[in-house]
Amino acid sequence: MNAENIVKPRVTVRDLNFYYGKAQALNNINLDITEKKVTAFIGPSGCGKSTLLRTFNRMYELYPKQKATGSIVLDGKNILDKNQDLNKLRAKVGMVFQKPTPFPMSIHDNIAFGVKLYQSLNKNDMEERVEWALRKAALWDEVKDKLTQSGMGLSGGQQQRLCIARAIAVKPEVLLLDEPTSALDPISTAHIEKLIDELKEDFTIVIVTHNMQQAARVSDYTAYMYLGDLMEFGDTSTVFTNPKRKETEDYITGRFG
Amino acid sequence: MMIDLYTRRRIANATGLTIAVAAMAFGLFWLCWILWTLLDRGLPALTPMVFSQMTPPPGSSGGLLNAIFGSLMMTIGGTAIGTPIGILAGTYLAEFGQRGWLAPITRFINDILLSAPSIVIGLFVYEVYVVHVKHFSGWAGTIALAIIVIPIVIRTTENMLRLVPSTLREAAASLGAPQWKIISFVTLRAARAGIITGVMLAIARISGETAPLLFTALNNQFWSSDMDQPMANLPVVIFQFAMSPYEDWQSLAWAGALLITMSVLTLNILARVLFRQKASTH
Repeated sequence: MNAENIVKPRVTVRDLNFYYGKAQALNNINLDITEKKVTAFIGPSGCGKSTLLRTFNRMYELYPKQKATGSIVLDGKNILDKNQDLNKLRAKVGMVFQKPTPFPMSIHDNIAFGVKLYQSLNKNDMEERVEWALRKAALWDEVKDKLTQSGMGLSGGQQQRLCIARAIAVKPEVLLLDEPTSALDPISTAHIEKLIDELKEDFTIVIVTHNMQQAARVSDYTAYMYLGDLMEFGDTSTVFTNPKRKETEDYITGRFG
Repeated sequence: MMIDLYTRRRIANATGLTIAVAAMAFGLFWLCWILWTLLDRGLPALTPMVFSQMTPPPGSSGGLLNAIFGSLMMTIGGTAIGTPIGILAGTYLAEFGQRGWLAPITRFINDILLSAPSIVIGLFVYEVYVVHVKHFSGWAGTIALAIIVIPIVIRTTENMLRLVPSTLREAAASLGAPQWKIISFVTLRAARAGIITGVMLAIARISGETAPLLFTALNNQFWSSDMDQPMANLPVVIFQFAMSPYEDWQSLAWAGALLITMSVLTLNILARVLFRQKASTH
């Protein structure tokens, strides 16, 4: 056992099952997400990696007929509990999506929107927070002179970093990234991968990616999923160089997928 | 000799294209003719007096001021009443209407209302309002126009909100925003240009409606800003004056028709410009 395994997990997933109507999409998932590390979910399309990610902030609740059973423990509480307040949960567990989703408002307001929901900052503090978030997201230098302009006018890569800034501005404990670079060019992707590396100093990060090389580059732990099952989970280096299962090896070596 | 497949396809293409262009020209021909006649007869009649004098008795000179004012009042009133109701109902259908039976029924009834002949709406307001207060009035006209506005705005609001990508809702929800904030600050704002377009088209639609006003506001020969009294309005004045044998009435009717057409045209162009702006920001 290496030292990292002694670190207390931030999120503990136990016996998690997920259903789209009657179709089961996740089968008995057990998994620990380590604090201030990057955990990647990889696997072919439709394997349930996004579904699993979306249980962490219960995003699936927006849609009827989707439900999860089992437990996901964050801060000693099962977030799947009926009495868990969804808005408070989502304030603690931020999310960035595959396509950039800037709100139809100014760059400043995009970031202030989430902050204002749970904190009442005065003008100065808010300005500071906006700058802090934009700096963290490596976007400040590009937008500092046009904070009042619409967020929709930025390039795709900038929009995605704006979304990351927006998500971290509320200072969540966990940051969920759902294929955050799959719609971006390689330069923007490199930007964001570098960013992920810096962000893990402050946040616990879970990333879903189609791109195995990306998982190898950015993550500390990797979970390989297939058809709703968690096939293999461990140190990224171990999963990629010395997988325990034949299926994992086939996938990461490109023989399958 | 057999014509080869490629040539046959080219002939079919040319034939189809010709028919399509001919159909387009046929439609456009009447439209241009209407516009031309309207300009030809309406422009000379469009004197400053039209905007400064009341509708005259036959044989004397006058204008359309009371009718323009009445039309403006009732159009603005109908829009002011119909728009908030339409936007709220459309928002309900788009944002909350996923579950349950109320939304599909509302949507169905709204579709019926959307295509209901306006004369039916006029008769309805006559029956439930005019008959009870025992006189025609500007309010009755306003109500009838509002009933025409509501389904149009409901439909466009719902459609525009549905065009907002669901990831935008998810993104707002992922910050912990309650649903009312997501709707009022994110989705409605994203759909704003489209909804405004819908409202403008609704205004364009009601500014030319005659039938519902005939049974509700009727007409008024004199200046009246009392919404509780019969009220002059352009469509009914046009109807009355155009049917009359007096030439000065007829030319005023042309002027009124030109006015309505121009304002509808302006609104339509504005709506298009707005919508195009929206499309280019995405």
